[in-house]
Amino acid sequence: MIPEIGEFALIIALFLSAVLALVPMYGAVVDKELWMSYARPLAKGQFLFVLISFLCLGYAFSQDDFSVIYVAQHSNSQMPMQFKLSAIWGGHEGSLLLWAFILSGWTLAVSLFSRTLPLDMLARVLSVMGIVATGFISFLLITSSPFLRYLPRFPEDGADLNPLLQDFGLIVHPPMLYMGYVGFSVAFAFAIAALLSGRLDTAWARWSRPWTNIAWAFLGLGITLGSWWAYYELGWGGWWFWDPVENASLMPWLVGTALVHSLAVTEKRGVFKSWTLLLAIFAFSLSLLGTFLVRSGVLTSVHAFASDPERGFFILMLLAITMGGSLTLYAFKAPNVKSESNFSWLSREVLLLVNNVFLTVMAFTVLLGTLYPLLIDALGMGKISVGPPYFNAVFVPIMSIMSIAMGVSIAVRWRETSAKLVLDKLWLPAVISILCALVFPIFYGSGFDFRVFIGISVSLWIISTVITEFIGKFRNTQSLSTKLKQLSFSYYGMMLAHIGVAVTAIGITLVSSYSEERDMRMAKGDSVELAGYQFTFHGTHIVTGPNYMADQATIEVTEDGKAVVTLHPEKRRYNVKRNMMTEADIDAGLFRDLYVALGEPLNNGEAWAVRVHYKPYVRWLWLGGILMALGGLVTVADKRYRKQSGQQELTNA
Amino acid sequence: MPRLLLFIPLLLFIILGGFLWKGLSIDPRELPSALLDKPFPEFTLATLQEPERIVSKQDFIGQPVLVNVWATWCPSCRQEHRQLLAIAQSGKIPVIGLNYKDERDLAIEWLQQLGNPYQFNIYDAEGMLGLDLGVYGAPETYLLDAQGIIRHRHVGVLTAEVWQELQLIIKGWDSVKN
Repeated sequence: MIPEIGEFALIIALFLSAVLALVPMYGAVVDKELWMSYARPLAKGQFLFVLISFLCLGYAFSQDDFSVIYVAQHSNSQMPMQFKLSAIWGGHEGSLLLWAFILSGWTLAVSLFSRTLPLDMLARVLSVMGIVATGFISFLLITSSPFLRYLPRFPEDGADLNPLLQDFGLIVHPPMLYMGYVGFSVAFAFAIAALLSGRLDTAWARWSRPWTNIAWAFLGLGITLGSWWAYYELGWGGWWFWDPVENASLMPWLVGTALVHSLAVTEKRGVFKSWTLLLAIFAFSLSLLGTFLVRSGVLTSVHAFASDPERGFFILMLLAITMGGSLTLYAFKAPNVKSESNFSWLSREVLLLVNNVFLTVMAFTVLLGTLYPLLIDALGMGKISVGPPYFNAVFVPIMSIMSIAMGVSIAVRWRETSAKLVLDKLWLPAVISILCALVFPIFYGSGFDFRVFIGISVSLWIISTVITEFIGKFRNTQSLSTKLKQLSFSYYGMMLAHIGVAVTAIGITLVSSYSEERDMRMAKGDSVELAGYQFTFHGTHIVTGPNYMADQATIEVTEDGKAVVTLHPEKRRYNVKRNMMTEADIDAGLFRDLYVALGEPLNNGEAWAVRVHYKPYVRWLWLGGILMALGGLVTVADKRYRKQSGQQELTNA
Repeated sequence: MPRLLLFIPLLLFIILGGFLWKGLSIDPRELPSALLDKPFPEFTLATLQEPERIVSKQDFIGQPVLVNVWATWCPSCRQEHRQLLAIAQSGKIPVIGLNYKDERDLAIEWLQQLGNPYQFNIYDAEGMLGLDLGVYGAPETYLLDAQGIIRHRHVGVLTAEVWQELQLIIKGWDSVKN
């Protein structure tokens, strides 16, 4: 009964979103206030019914209703409750429902927190989001309903969720990621609404900025969580694989980063409008494209969700309508490219333009690398695959140049800055960062290393320019606290995010240059040395989990005879699917991780294959990601947005 | 002229859409190995039937072999099993099994039930060797020459037709030798 209510609620939600897509939009075109005023209640209704549907699926999972196919395939009665609930988005159908749920949530949020928005603008924005919702909910209902039943006979117990996904990481990673993906639909809707109404003033940019920043922050958090999850859960210490599914989340993030900056220029200086509109369309389109790539089976990937050409076809149609439609609209209605105001070559505008260009190029590089095998294949030129070497070869140089530009952009003013002033500000950070980067690899590593030099110097460059600029703000003020209060939240957020970039860059540089690992056969009492640590294997014993049995090893780590930590990596065997899982144990630290994973038992369990890693500064990778996201969220607290949208409290959260 | 520039994104999208459309009708599993004409990756893993026996590449270098990736969770593997038995019986080429992300007991039981075409089975429960090989899924079959270089990769069920094809390749080598 409950699953049928879920399906029925979804059908009602589909109708509501279809009405939302049509009525307020029509009202805005013919300028009828009554029709436009339907937008808010429809957004609320749509949210309510998608929520009901979502709760129904959650109920089916919590009650172990294995007559529902989706539940039977992704859950099991032995699974702990938190994994039963997170299994809602453990497969294709449920994650689409989560998509729709988050979309309706964003729609609701826009309807609630945009009180100062002119009614016709609000009507258009919500209608555009209604169009997207209509597409997705019909996709759900037609090709991928999670409420279908096994009838009349259904399995007694479920097939269990993939053990890889029975983890805290899966509880939080997809919702965060989807908050970001779907959040870009708001920026998209604002851009389309602005194009439709022809009102491409700076107000439009100011309205969409907080929404874009929140979405961008969530997407960044989602990617960070995903990387962290892969690191500890996949059992081989990698944190990024250039897998198509990862690329699918990286592309919108890169374009989103460009969009966040471009919106700032458009709002403050009224320039780059065509750029900003295009980036808003691209950011969301790439989110949709990501969904297409993951769900259609066009590309194979280690993420290995079930894929199906019929679904691929449907998403391609959705993509064609939203992307084709919006780009056509853009081509006809975007302001002419040359209508830009005046600024000189050395100005913040130009540097932000450079930023836009570089980030877009990077996103296209990733897109090309992800689609290249497909393109070559479609052209009949054979089959190839590109791997990490391609991405690294393109990414590292572009990122380095961009980091240099980042430092300069902080010192440069809007409109125009004299070269002398810039040099005055920047010579010291340049000298400091180059010197430190020259010395660091000699002391930390075994000698000079060019890659480390580049990575460290650009990171220190970003940090030191931010700090000099910050200190420069206090040169002519007496009172520290007044000045601190004077600086806007946008400013603090920006600095935080930029330092985050540097922190991530330091992490990437050091972990890829100074990691050490060893695989070896270890019997009880054996020990091995790695990076100055002594790992001693004290054998294994059996432990029992809620839905698995495991061999748990005891490995003692000492440094110069002093105990550091005792690690307990596990080899789990899940009861239902009977698959084996490696549960690594990690001693995490700010400057290094010690990572131990169990391989195979050898000689009937007398000895084990053991993999030991030493990962310096790996935490900085994710710390930087968190700082960036935090920076994005802090900007939203800026007074400007509160003034324009009344008591916009939620956006602070 | 600037007006026309604004059509570029639309144009790019249409081209991309065309490729994606085409992509839907292409089977992504027909990927050749990135390791084609490269040496089989190094490994040291236990065998399936005897967990204490460690095997490596050296155990099959010296003669052409077929390396067949299989698992009990893979229904198509059951389908191709008869063909593998036939190949093994023909004595034309030894077949090495790569038991991929599987469960030891189940796999041994499977071989007892269906017959064992393999000289030995590399037990790759973690899929680490599979990862090095670039395995997309089971079944997959690799043809290696006597130097351990991968000469052909077949993704999917090994049918009689595929076996014909493989035999032609092997014959080609023999004729070069003579």
